[in-house]
Amino acid sequence: MSFYTLSSPPRFYALAGTLVPLCWVVCLLLTAIGLYMGFFVAPTDATQGEVYRVIFIHVPAAWMAMWLYLVMAFWAAIGWAFKARLASMVARAVAPTGAIFAFIALWTGAFWGKPTWGAWWVWDARLTSTLILLFLYLGYIALVEAIDDPRRADQAGALLAVVGAVNVPIIYFSVKWWNTLHQGASVSVTSAPKMAQTMLTAMLIMTIAFWAYAFAVTFTRTRAIILERERDAGWVKQLAGKELPT
Amino acid sequence: MNWGNLDNFMHMGGNGLYVWGSYAVAGLLMLVEPLLAARRRRQALRDTLDVPQDNE
Repeated sequence: MSFYTLSSPPRFYALAGTLVPLCWVVCLLLTAIGLYMGFFVAPTDATQGEVYRVIFIHVPAAWMAMWLYLVMAFWAAIGWAFKARLASMVARAVAPTGAIFAFIALWTGAFWGKPTWGAWWVWDARLTSTLILLFLYLGYIALVEAIDDPRRADQAGALLAVVGAVNVPIIYFSVKWWNTLHQGASVSVTSAPKMAQTMLTAMLIMTIAFWAYAFAVTFTRTRAIILERERDAGWVKQLAGKELPT
Repeated sequence: MNWGNLDNFMHMGGNGLYVWGSYAVAGLLMLVEPLLAARRRRQALRDTLDVPQDNE
């Protein structure tokens, strides 16, 4: 299997179809384990009490929102530079999932901020740059949907996605560069985690679960986009005849 | 972590609204999104068949 194998829409369609159920199994299994650990194994936090348990979805959602933006920008750029149709379709399929994770990060952050900071929202660097991330996702989706010619839409979207990627390191380093209300990184590659082992394990398991979720949903959406765009191709007609009882 | 009973669990040390308000919205979105994506694919399959074979 090579990059070129995967760049063929019919092959990708079939491969993604096989992977989606596997992704769901991984997602559901790890969500069950992660939530069990998060609510029944991880101890009460010494300073925050129970409210910190929002972390098990807040941090994975925020990580996925940032990561998926880079994935989207990468495939959009590949699609633009190499005229690879499938790459552009993947970029489009990732955007709504990234937007939902950005929204979840902001929402759960507000529900965590209210009891701990006393405010649902503050114009803090981390929060503001994450809100911009959500707007970039929504702007990308609106832009590609507004242009009728799919290839031109892909190109315009790619430009926005790539320029907007500068926001991701800004979010990541915002807690270092500015004096923010949002706490610094609890987990980083350069230092030991600043949290209890069971809390960290639960959070990482939930992150992998969210990752599997992102794969499952974006694969499903990519398959839908392939069908929409290649509807005149012979293989799509054959497939529709096979999959749908008429 | 032993919560003792369901009330304690739902209460979350006085922060039930914030914990469950977070999980409820995240859970709802992550339930609806896959359903919409699956529906979009089924719709795309149906649309494919609606196109007459000889319209090119």
